[in-house]
Amino acid sequence: MGRYVIRRLLQMIPVFFGATLLIFLMVNVMGDPVAGLCGDRKCDPATAIRLKKEFGLDKPVWQQYATYMGNVFTGDFGTAFNGQKVTELMGAAFPVTIRLTIVAIVFEIVIGISLGVLTGLRRGRPIDTAVLLLTLVVISVPTFVTGLVLQLLLGVQWGVIKPSVSSEAPFDELLVPGLVLASVSLAYVTRLTRTSIAENRRADYVRTAIAKGLPRRRVITRHLLRNSLIPVVTFIGTDVGALMGGAIVTERIFNIHGVGFQLYQGILRQSTQTVVGFVTVLVLVFLLANLIVDLLYAVLDPRIRYA
Amino acid sequence: MRGATHAKWAACAVAVTLAATACGGGGDGGGGGGSGIVTSSWGDPQNPLEPANTNEVQGGKILDMVFRGLKRYDPKTGEAKNMVAESIESKDAQNFTVKIKDNWTFSNGEKVTAKSFVDAWNYGANLENNQKNAYFFGYIEGYDKVHPEKGEPSAKTLSGLKVVDDRTFTVKLTQKFSTWPDTLGYPTFSPLPKAFYDDHDAWLSRPVGNGPYTVDSYTKGSKMSLRKWDAYPGPDKARNGGVDMVVYTDNNTAYTNLMAGNLDLVDDVPAAQLRNAKSDLGDRYINTPAGIIQTLAFPFYDSEWTKPGREKVRRGLSMAINREQITETIFQKTRTPATDWTSPVLGEDGGYKAGLCGDACEYDAAKARKLVEEGGGIPGGQLKVTYNADTGSHKEWVDAVCNSINKALEKDKACVGNPVGTFADFRSKASQQELDGAWRAGWQMDYPLIQNFLEPNYFTDASSNDGKFSDKEFDKLVNEANGETDNAKAVAKFQEAEKILARKMPAIPLWYQNGSAGYSDKVSDVSLNQFSVPVYDQIKVD
Repeated sequence: MGRYVIRRLLQMIPVFFGATLLIFLMVNVMGDPVAGLCGDRKCDPATAIRLKKEFGLDKPVWQQYATYMGNVFTGDFGTAFNGQKVTELMGAAFPVTIRLTIVAIVFEIVIGISLGVLTGLRRGRPIDTAVLLLTLVVISVPTFVTGLVLQLLLGVQWGVIKPSVSSEAPFDELLVPGLVLASVSLAYVTRLTRTSIAENRRADYVRTAIAKGLPRRRVITRHLLRNSLIPVVTFIGTDVGALMGGAIVTERIFNIHGVGFQLYQGILRQSTQTVVGFVTVLVLVFLLANLIVDLLYAVLDPRIRYA
Repeated sequence: MRGATHAKWAACAVAVTLAATACGGGGDGGGGGGSGIVTSSWGDPQNPLEPANTNEVQGGKILDMVFRGLKRYDPKTGEAKNMVAESIESKDAQNFTVKIKDNWTFSNGEKVTAKSFVDAWNYGANLENNQKNAYFFGYIEGYDKVHPEKGEPSAKTLSGLKVVDDRTFTVKLTQKFSTWPDTLGYPTFSPLPKAFYDDHDAWLSRPVGNGPYTVDSYTKGSKMSLRKWDAYPGPDKARNGGVDMVVYTDNNTAYTNLMAGNLDLVDDVPAAQLRNAKSDLGDRYINTPAGIIQTLAFPFYDSEWTKPGREKVRRGLSMAINREQITETIFQKTRTPATDWTSPVLGEDGGYKAGLCGDACEYDAAKARKLVEEGGGIPGGQLKVTYNADTGSHKEWVDAVCNSINKALEKDKACVGNPVGTFADFRSKASQQELDGAWRAGWQMDYPLIQNFLEPNYFTDASSNDGKFSDKEFDKLVNEANGETDNAKAVAKFQEAEKILARKMPAIPLWYQNGSAGYSDKVSDVSLNQFSVPVYDQIKVD
């Protein structure tokens, strides 16, 4: 087990360098970022040269990358164009996005899995058909439509919530945005669980468990659900990374100042330091989430062992 | 009680306009109106919030609340009026003596002296401080030493600035510039307290100035709370208790919040909501002219466009654009068809002249076709109009302009839009002369002077002359106008120079942009100034 973890961690190193290099190059391809700092006019050349020097933009790209990576390992993610340290931006943005992601994941687990179990056990019944139809609708409607409609109905028409999240972004204000963010994944989780449960219900070990005279509740939670959750856990695990990076739309609609907001602004302003810094952290989150998922397999299914 | 307060304010307003004397003074019985807080939409400033480093509206909003300079532009008329300055005098339009009023202090108690200005300007001009508005000090003697185009600066201070005593300093310019005092309302010329230099980081996280508001708290990237400064010595005390500026990533969300009653003021109504704004807000929707003009610029570094006769092509293209229709259908009248190269906010006396462009700015398809043909047709057979696709919904109007040109010239592909991904990339291409064909050029004035619309854009090798247009006669007239001590004569000279633009058409004037804003029923007396920045200090909370 320990050896497996170490091997996986070592594998992360090339992935990490490859991903950051790609992002670095992509942001650089967009051209000279300093020109955008002076509005609809030309920066005065002397100041432009000094700014480029300050942000290290006067050096060749490979050298910029090398310096940047060197700094990253000492914990220095550089400075954004508005003079703020990128670490400072991260400190403000990540807690918010993590809270939002937690809300979304909790929704996925609680609602998604319960609906999945419910429909999987009652396959073909009206409730199954109804939930299936509902998930189809949720999957086919884009997130920004769900977001805007909920915002307009709950926020403006009925006044149940505030249409946007305050800058502190406490958990209770993140409930609706979290639901919106989770909606599509939630539908997938429901469908995955449903199929998995329906399939395993006829498996030998379930029949054995019932024949042993175990109470139905125990059969479902200990035997059926545990085995059916493997694909669902994989999905949710990879979804953590996707939710954190892909919250741009939801964060914009509800004015949440999280990772999505910083990334969006960083891209518009071509701030290499901001974009690469945030993406680097997201890459790490993604890699770690995947590792945890793989380790969870062993917990869920004793047949899987890592050596 | 209420009526009395109103009357007092009216009296103050009259007094201010008549003699620019201080009014209100001290905290005597209701001198400042209510104590309610206004919440307003805001965008994250692009640059650090230093006066000489802020060149866009979002940072400008804060500077306008926290600072007062020598002059201030009257939010209604745009006239530059003395604020901290008692007088700015000159005999030769080149050497100025500035006297400042005695009663001004920064909100930390420090006195505003001549040195507060001179030090701040030296800081702003110095190349080593990386201030993006440094070129504003370019007219002051010694600028080439502290801000050389190449290499390290050889001086730390501008030789043209001299402190005479606590309340007086002199300024020597490198050339005659009669309207120079009128440029001093721009926030870049604000005074700075000692704390700015002593602990720069602390100052940046909570700016201290001499304006009607003080910064109460500032969470970068999300919110700034400004509170009324009770001991503010100026005539334009805040009429509310303070302003909370909340950052919105998307102005649609801000508008939704205004509708839900969570926000009092949205100063940028999203294009998609313009259609509804009137019915949603009624008279709480404002749409007033701002000092912004949009043009289509041409590349004069490309020999194809400088050939004789090409001005006919440009004039023809200008006539092929149906400005009326585009401003009405796409912009819902938040833009006005342009007929000169300035802006209506200058006023007739300031140099705005409707119709100066002549019939070249009137839609006439048949004439347009004829002119383009006479001029030898569009170089390369097709006009590419480059724009940035990330902000400002430029795609819609560029497509509409091209559509109008194609229809008028009766060719399917005479004009096509050419989007560039980001604003930064677009600006970098434009400023390095990498664009072929036309591109969208917007100009937001720095100060309400005709000089500011013409010189930076069309003078040979001027800072924003991306198209490299050059005309000897135009340059000569601009220089003459700058040396003219009489304002009316200067304006006339500038207009003469502008007539050359009408003939040569280096950029096609499209439309004047308005500022738009919407506000809730909790506040009143909301207006926008010529820079489309809300006049926060006048807002009343009911």
